[in-house]
Amino acid sequence: MPDESFEPTIVGFLCQWCSYTGADLAGTSRMQYPPNLRAVRVMCTGRVDPTFVVQALADGADGVLIAGCHPGDCHYNEGNYRTMRRYPLLLKLLDQFGIDKDRVRLEWISASEGEKFARVVTQMTERLKELGPLNWKERSEQYCGAV
Amino acid sequence: MINLTIDGRKVECSPGQTVLEAARIAGIHIPTLCHHESLKPYGACRFCIVEVTRRGRTRMTTSCTMPAAEGMEVATETDKVMKIRRILAELMLARCPHSDAVIELAAELGVHQTRFPRPTITENCPVGEHGECILCGMCVRICDDVMNVGALAFEGRGGYRRVTTPFHEPSDICRLCGACESICPTGSIRQAHITDRPPVDIPFEYEQGLMNRKPIYLQFPQAVPRVPVIDAKSCMNFKTEGCKICEDNCEAQAIDHSVEDEIKEIKVGTLILATGFDIFDSREILRYGYGRFPNVINALEFERLSHASGPTSGKLLKKDGEPPKSVGIIHCVGSRDENHQVYCSRVCCMYSLKFAHLVREKTEAEVFNFYIDMRAFGKGYEEFYKRLLSEEVNFIRGKVAEITDMATSEAEEGKLVVVCEDTLLGLVRRVPMDMVILAAGLKPGSDSDKLAQIFGMSKSADGFFLEKHPKLAPVDSTSDGIFLAGACQGPKDIPDSVAQGAAAAAGALSLLDKGSIILEPITASINEDLCGGCKICVANCPFTAVEYDEEKGVSVVIEELCKGCGTCVASCPAGAAQQENFEDKQIFSEIQGVLS
Repeated sequence: MPDESFEPTIVGFLCQWCSYTGADLAGTSRMQYPPNLRAVRVMCTGRVDPTFVVQALADGADGVLIAGCHPGDCHYNEGNYRTMRRYPLLLKLLDQFGIDKDRVRLEWISASEGEKFARVVTQMTERLKELGPLNWKERSEQYCGAV
Repeated sequence: MINLTIDGRKVECSPGQTVLEAARIAGIHIPTLCHHESLKPYGACRFCIVEVTRRGRTRMTTSCTMPAAEGMEVATETDKVMKIRRILAELMLARCPHSDAVIELAAELGVHQTRFPRPTITENCPVGEHGECILCGMCVRICDDVMNVGALAFEGRGGYRRVTTPFHEPSDICRLCGACESICPTGSIRQAHITDRPPVDIPFEYEQGLMNRKPIYLQFPQAVPRVPVIDAKSCMNFKTEGCKICEDNCEAQAIDHSVEDEIKEIKVGTLILATGFDIFDSREILRYGYGRFPNVINALEFERLSHASGPTSGKLLKKDGEPPKSVGIIHCVGSRDENHQVYCSRVCCMYSLKFAHLVREKTEAEVFNFYIDMRAFGKGYEEFYKRLLSEEVNFIRGKVAEITDMATSEAEEGKLVVVCEDTLLGLVRRVPMDMVILAAGLKPGSDSDKLAQIFGMSKSADGFFLEKHPKLAPVDSTSDGIFLAGACQGPKDIPDSVAQGAAAAAGALSLLDKGSIILEPITASINEDLCGGCKICVANCPFTAVEYDEEKGVSVVIEELCKGCGTCVASCPAGAAQQENFEDKQIFSEIQGVLS
């Protein structure tokens, strides 16, 4: 049974041009979504080094959202295509760590899609509540001893 | 130059010109029926006959075929000339008693009736139903020599000579240009005599197709520059390489058919996008019957109908030419509609009120406005609405369900019935109308997707270009140096568009004035000591801003080209690439920060 009182923490890597603006729009339009997402602004999803995701999970995040412009709409023409290719490889790596693939999500959210942003965060929060806490630190201590 | 004397006046003309042309230069009138600037001289009608004296010899000749020569003396109105012209006029009158051109010319020469009997006209002559053809051959010549088509020819001799098509069959090579019909001096030839295909209308785009235009036309009266344009799709020159009659007629020699489209590359410092909007296509709402009922018109068509320079000279008329007795104006067509465009188009309420006012001003018609909400939000707008309420304009609050021609009572017979719910009365009403105007909304231009890709514009949910910030940067776009103005950014009326245009111009000018731009401090750099020269970053850069330095064996970022996306930084396996203000350690601390 999922723990009802558990509130997951999500780190969101949002691209400055689309998803960060989309998140801004969700805010200015006073849309309601869970306060579980903590945003980190990057210029482009192309800047999101897979180590950022792993580091965020290691530092205590229960999930990571990478959100950028729709394919074809990238402010830097093709930065999001790089992310699109890195993401499946990252999932493969996380799978080997025993991390559920639903914990790391890649979404295309344009600057006008405040509503989509709110929906994605809500869905992700609900899914992470189902999955429960990641407890990376405790687990790594359990298997590898104190780091 | 050639010097000759016509009717005692000295005339100067250039070599190659005929006596007729020389006379026209001097302003001397010589009557003719078969002369045209674009056709070669032919001498068919003989009316231009003159007396020419050269080297002491005098002879009678047609001036249109006589080349002007040095020292020539020409007399155009001697008794002998006039006698011949009058006989010609009588003969012509006998052949073509109904032709206005012949009657007029004969009257000019003092001939009002003919002594000759009407000649027997060849039966089944496809040209000249009343035998009005004077066999001048202008139609044959223009079709053959000028239009390069050759659908017509003469056949027979003497009294049996006539103009016809091969085998007297409808022509399949006729291009429907209508040159034969328009050049015929007696008006005897019709395009229908030559081909069984109907004439092709060219709808005038500016007049919303309410009238037709020619292949060469002025796009609209206020066009800048105010010069005619040629529509290559309908111009004969682009089909047969012929015609060029406009070139012959243009005194300034400004027309050149050989000009081709060219793409010019212009380097600019800043850009303003003011690409406008499209009007909602009312055909999408089938139940309103636009395109099906002739008297259901859209807003732009009404604009042309009510305009003094429009197809009806500003008279508001139904398609049958009668003024309407009742006019309905339907608001929010395509706007504020879950099935089409959810947003309000902003301008329709006020232009609908203007239309109501114009109808009241121009006709005796009753006016009904069918509205959902009246949005008179601007300066002086609410006052205008109040004024219309006092001008006996009816307002019915409710969305129109359909427009139908199915009458259920005598009063509805032959009318357009507007079926709607009157939400203020709580009734479903059927209002019979003579004319219905659809206040169609505004939608993003059909080319806006392509433009958005070219200029890297973001679009908002409604499809219009997105400004950088709704309050702090309403005329800037997300691409530096590109500004937005007018309805490409969202529906707006004229005052708002002008204000935004001025703001965009000021924004663009301030950048130009500075002459330099400030880059954000987010460019990437590569640490030479760490770089292993794998070139992954070179392949990853979307802007070719990373170069490989063969000598040093490392990659180098060209700072001016770098836009600061950070893709190279994320892909660097050695951690040699870093992005200013987005360094790895900064982002790691940020992650720690948000998670603490």
